Amino acid sequence: MEVKLQEVTVNLATGGVKVDKSQPPVLLVHGAGMDRTVWSQQTRYLAHHGFAPMAVDLPGHGRSEGELLSTISEMADWVADLIHELDTGPVRLVGHSMGSLISLEVAARHTDAVERLILMGAAAAMPVHPELLGAAQRNEILAPQLMTAWAHGARAHVAGNPTPGLWMRSGCQALLERAADGVIHNDLAACNSYDAGDIAGRITCPVTVIVGSEDKMTPPKATAQLVAGFQEVDLRHLEGVGHMMMIEAPDRIREMMLSALR
Amino acid sequence: MVEPDYLKFDTLSLHAGQEPDPTTGSRGVPIYQTTSYSFVDTEQAAGLFNLEQPGHIYSRISNPTVAVLEERLAALEGGVGAVCTASGMAAFHLACATIMSAGNHVVASRNIYGGSHNMLNLTMPRFGITTTFVDPRDHDAWRSAITPETRVLFAETLGNPGIEVLDVPAVAEIAHEHGLPLMLDATFTTPYLMKPIELGADIVMHSVTKFLGGHGIALGGVVVDGGRFDWAASDKFPTLSEPYDGYHGISFVEEYGHQALSMRARAEGLRDFGAAMSPANAFHLLQGVETLPLRMKRHVENTTTVIEFLEANDAVPWVSHPSVSSHPDHELSKELLPKGAGAILSFGVTGGREAGRRFIENVQLASHVANVGDAKTLVIHPASTTHQQLSAEDLTAAGVSEDLIRLSVGLEDPEDIIADLARALRASQKG
Repeated sequence: MEVKLQEVTVNLATGGVKVDKSQPPVLLVHGAGMDRTVWSQQTRYLAHHGFAPMAVDLPGHGRSEGELLSTISEMADWVADLIHELDTGPVRLVGHSMGSLISLEVAARHTDAVERLILMGAAAAMPVHPELLGAAQRNEILAPQLMTAWAHGARAHVAGNPTPGLWMRSGCQALLERAADGVIHNDLAACNSYDAGDIAGRITCPVTVIVGSEDKMTPPKATAQLVAGFQEVDLRHLEGVGHMMMIEAPDRIREMMLSALR
Repeated sequence: MVEPDYLKFDTLSLHAGQEPDPTTGSRGVPIYQTTSYSFVDTEQAAGLFNLEQPGHIYSRISNPTVAVLEERLAALEGGVGAVCTASGMAAFHLACATIMSAGNHVVASRNIYGGSHNMLNLTMPRFGITTTFVDPRDHDAWRSAITPETRVLFAETLGNPGIEVLDVPAVAEIAHEHGLPLMLDATFTTPYLMKPIELGADIVMHSVTKFLGGHGIALGGVVVDGGRFDWAASDKFPTLSEPYDGYHGISFVEEYGHQALSMRARAEGLRDFGAAMSPANAFHLLQGVETLPLRMKRHVENTTTVIEFLEANDAVPWVSHPSVSSHPDHELSKELLPKGAGAILSFGVTGGREAGRRFIENVQLASHVANVGDAKTLVIHPASTTHQQLSAEDLTAAGVSEDLIRLSVGLEDPEDIIADLARALRASQKG
């Protein structure tokens, strides 16, 4: 589905069905250098289980047009504008990694736009390894490789994709390689310079946080620091799963999302 | 400097795609010899049929044993996914049928396997897909053959019968300049010798029957999806970028992005054409893939030894293999195939067609078969067998001289291979 936001085309995957505005809207926000397809194992399922999922391509990502936004704050304002443009009312906002930071900001600063928050691969700060940042700045393939290597749990480096024939590691690397020059660095720099501060304490909507026990990019300890700031939170643990939990454990994520969204 | 801590090639050959069976603990890959799979309930069944959730429905579309081989081959090639088929030809057809429709056009190397040539030249035109064949070394020919209807460029990593080395980066660049994917048959190289996706190819296919299996006991093919080509950058690939009624209007690019080709090839291609790999064959082929790095290393070493012998033999006027300095692609081979240019070569026998026939009739260890890529040394004389109906002029046009012997070097002790060849060469000269 394509919509226009400030005369710029925004692309959203809807699970292969037309958005039913009578169903609860779910807006899904991807992480650094990625696009809507990281949610491909969830959107179609949600679309057939009583929700109206919309997995967005952020500006300059995937099939969305527009200039890259260089800070988490700018990205959050853009998402808030998009929610307004979609005209669905408050959304259930789901964010992964950089998308979780964006979602946090939206929920804190645009409280009327968000009904419920689900965060995956989340932390109050996301410092980026300087060599990764450098490789991304030089648009080297090393950046997608390092992100892929660190973003998966041990099991995902060997096997375990429930979709027959798909190989997770190259799936992630290829997705990142397809990003235009500058995209990965832009996003990583935005994550690197972001500090959530006490933002968790300002979230008023219900929050679910899902954490993977083998997440190296936002380790459970870092997630715990964020979680401690929420007034109330529904914390879910995934054993043996890394940062790319929607792809590494799609079945368990679907179950968790369905119960949290309801 | 930090580096990605990826599992290495040899490790992936043994492990990728498989975990010990969760029920029995079986360390070996079990053969799931079943046609169908019990559904948990009607909701799960509906979800599987509607692509809402992954899983197995019917073994024509997917099977757990076959899925291990698919994941392993995708891992070795660096592809986002793979779809295994009943044979290499089935893989070639599946890839073509997934991205093309009537009215479309292919530009293909003229130096390809005869079966692939027949499919493109004789069979596909009946379904409205035509092909222009070009000299794979002539980059201008590739460019000038592209028409508005062209949808793919196709070649082999190592050609047939001259073992031409395709300049993969250059031909990939030509394809991409025109918004087209490059599809390669990498059967002769396997991912051990070359990873075409890293060099720019978008789709890689194999006859898994050959070096990947290595034992010559099971047929199989595979299409590997590189995942880097943007199918939605133009309106040329509607099967991937437009809504598909077969799954209630789904667009594979919209939902699966970089994995669109893999998903459509399985969801439509295996469902409707049905050229599925059997689980028993997948099991046999997996046993071969486990030792691929060891075998390919030995294949290349034996080939080097055999070439040294042939070049020194008075009854052999010429040897054609990219590792030979006189081969036109010798320098390119060193660049693209640093581990070796495979184990298939051709050579001439002094005395022409009749001497070639005598050579074949006097080998004892080498097997006289129309096959390549076996663990055993294989040999054939096209002028007296597969091409016997052709005149000398027609043979030349086909790139097959009357004295040409094709050899697929096996894994036997190289001294025994050489002794066999020496005996047969001596006999060939006693006409």
